Amino acid sequence: MEKQEYTITLYTENSIGLIGRISTIFSRRKINIESLNTSPSEVEGIHRFTIVITEAEDVLRKLCRQLEKQIDILKAYYNTNDEVIWQEQALYKVPADVVNEKVYVERLLRQYGANVVVIRNDYIVFETAGHREEIDKLTEELTKYGLIEFVRGARIAIIKDSAGFHSKLVQFEAQEPSIEIVENEYLDKRDDVFTM
Amino acid sequence: MSTLEITENKAAAKQETPTQISGSKAVMEALLSEGVDTVFGYPGGAIMPIYDALYDYTDRLKHILVRHEQGGIHAAQGYARTSGRTGVVFATSGPGATNLVTGLADAMIDSNPIVCITGQVFASLLGTDAFQETDVINITAPVTKWNYQVTDATEIPAALAKAFYIASTGRPGPVLIDITKNAQIQLFDYFGYEKCNHVRSYRPAPQVRKEYIEQAAELINNAKKPFVLFGQGIILGKAEEEFKAFIEKTGIPSAATVMGLSALPTDHKLHVGMLGMHGNYAPNVMTNECDVLIAIGMRFDDRVTGRLDKYAKQAKVIHLDIDPAEIDKNVQTTVPVWGDCKESLPMLTELVKAVDHSAWLAQFRELEKEEIKEVITDELHPKTDIMTMGEVINVLNELTGGDAIITTDVGQHQMVTCRYAKFNKSKSNVTSGGLGTMGFGLPAAIGAWYGAPEKTVVAIIGDGGIQMTIQELGTIMQFGAKVKIMILNNEFLGMVRQWQQLFHDKRYSFVNITSPDFVAVAKGYYIDGQKISERKDLRNALQTMLDHDGAYLLEVMVGKENNVFPMVAQGTSVSEIRLK
Repeated sequence: MEKQEYTITLYTENSIGLIGRISTIFSRRKINIESLNTSPSEVEGIHRFTIVITEAEDVLRKLCRQLEKQIDILKAYYNTNDEVIWQEQALYKVPADVVNEKVYVERLLRQYGANVVVIRNDYIVFETAGHREEIDKLTEELTKYGLIEFVRGARIAIIKDSAGFHSKLVQFEAQEPSIEIVENEYLDKRDDVFTM
Repeated sequence: MSTLEITENKAAAKQETPTQISGSKAVMEALLSEGVDTVFGYPGGAIMPIYDALYDYTDRLKHILVRHEQGGIHAAQGYARTSGRTGVVFATSGPGATNLVTGLADAMIDSNPIVCITGQVFASLLGTDAFQETDVINITAPVTKWNYQVTDATEIPAALAKAFYIASTGRPGPVLIDITKNAQIQLFDYFGYEKCNHVRSYRPAPQVRKEYIEQAAELINNAKKPFVLFGQGIILGKAEEEFKAFIEKTGIPSAATVMGLSALPTDHKLHVGMLGMHGNYAPNVMTNECDVLIAIGMRFDDRVTGRLDKYAKQAKVIHLDIDPAEIDKNVQTTVPVWGDCKESLPMLTELVKAVDHSAWLAQFRELEKEEIKEVITDELHPKTDIMTMGEVINVLNELTGGDAIITTDVGQHQMVTCRYAKFNKSKSNVTSGGLGTMGFGLPAAIGAWYGAPEKTVVAIIGDGGIQMTIQELGTIMQFGAKVKIMILNNEFLGMVRQWQQLFHDKRYSFVNITSPDFVAVAKGYYIDGQKISERKDLRNALQTMLDHDGAYLLEVMVGKENNVFPMVAQGTSVSEIRLK
């Protein structure tokens, strides 16, 4: 199986130290985490991790089983880039004179939809959000003009065909899980995933 | 009080009006409510309030003072394995806690239900490099099923309830609760103890899906050459009877993993031996001959599968397991039967037909004859004067009748024991299967005896492994565990030597280990014993050991350069198993 970029979405309890348990699942297998974001989710009290790695699908499948095995993780999903709407944010600190004097730079910033966050005499801070490639390209261009500082945020992603976690949580909280409960999703989707 | 008696659950009810108790007392109440009667532990600075509370509970809680925390957790593992209950360990912070790590890793990979309670420095000192402070939560995260740090006494009842629930349900495993000293001392409003039976983010056992049972039954009913592999899951699921009913109805030949040994009596007519690197010839060869492979409560460890891309490729695979992460992890499954085998096996038994597989079973017996001729006869009845490990085990079988609990350490003696020991009853094989922890055998035997004190417990250990945890003789001396210690001494680190002989041109690099006078060491601990090196003394010596009222150490000198065969060499297929 070929390696490609995958976005892992985890629904978890908000517990101290969970991030360490999650990271060891990757580092134990010598897999690099390219991006990791933690945030609240659509459900109150449930945390959402968004993790990006580049691996083959069978590895992702096993990783997600191992992740779900952690007591404080409710559910793990993995998706290709086609299956998610995703966004990354970046901040650029550029010398003020460059922006004022170089028309090309100004055009570049307009072209990439960069917004001004802070203006000072000596520098201007811009912000953009988008896909990795766009951000990388703008960074590459600005480097030529004395980019002072650059930082990119972790990926955040929405799964296109997800109905959210509200109804799932109800099942998780039930003492007697229904037959449709999430844990069987994997079995149901088995035919799509495996070739016998 | 018998160690098998479950303490009455007096504190289990929730109280309307609170009582003021300390965090440490709440720990004691939790243990009693969970039916704990035995704790293995070692005190120290950061756990002193818990030991102070224990002082008032010694009439209800038996505490075994081990000589090293690693010994404590291995003893708890032995206890869990023979009693089927959760083993409990106390240790202090810092070195006390780090000494648990090997045992936690062992319990994790072998699915032993263990609750470790470690003391921790005052919450105000966390992260200051205080005396005996270690980040035990992060150190143990990869080797625990769950762990949690308590910094406030009010959390103690719920944290321990969750710990016992998680450790013992689903696929069992070790849980560690780290309690800061301030929380142990702190007085709080105690409303009683309530057992945990649900954690929303944790699903111990999925519901067994009927359609997969039906698919599995169909495969089994149409199979010409079905083959069952069974692991510790049968024992953990308390499904020995259900398992027996299943194979007896279908007549399918069944082979055990190292961890599955004793789930089915060794001399059952369908038991065809042990799988794996040093397993039996027939089950390894037939793995690549069968048409349907039914794996129950086992995890296709690399020592079982050998070279994976040449493993049972011809077979349809049915995998029954409670842990979803095991399905398709190593071997691609045709039908996954995900769930508790106590539940799934009867469902399967109902749908399978009784088919005559006697011709197929006879093929196993044919291969077995070959192994008897090439390997077993010489091992059990050697023609030379030098004793073999196998013949020692064989005589032990004759004297115990297969009723003893046997613990082993790791190495050649372990494989020989697993190959030749007779097990009549479930939960009588206690060995470090997954982690292969040298030093496991002696402390595990102590715990095994507390878990089943009415049984004979024999610890079979090599001359290397015994020296790793030999200090636990002190525990035996002090508390009187009636453990029979049998050292099979070949004056080598035998398994490593075997590999160096076979794969490293006999370049014996640091496998030559010298031993102390073990009998004299035992005597120093007031434990009786003797050493024998001649066959004529073997039977009597074993009988003396078994008859002795109390612990006993028997050292048996065996052949120095004997090898364990058959062997699936690393990187080869199970069907390429070598008989010599």
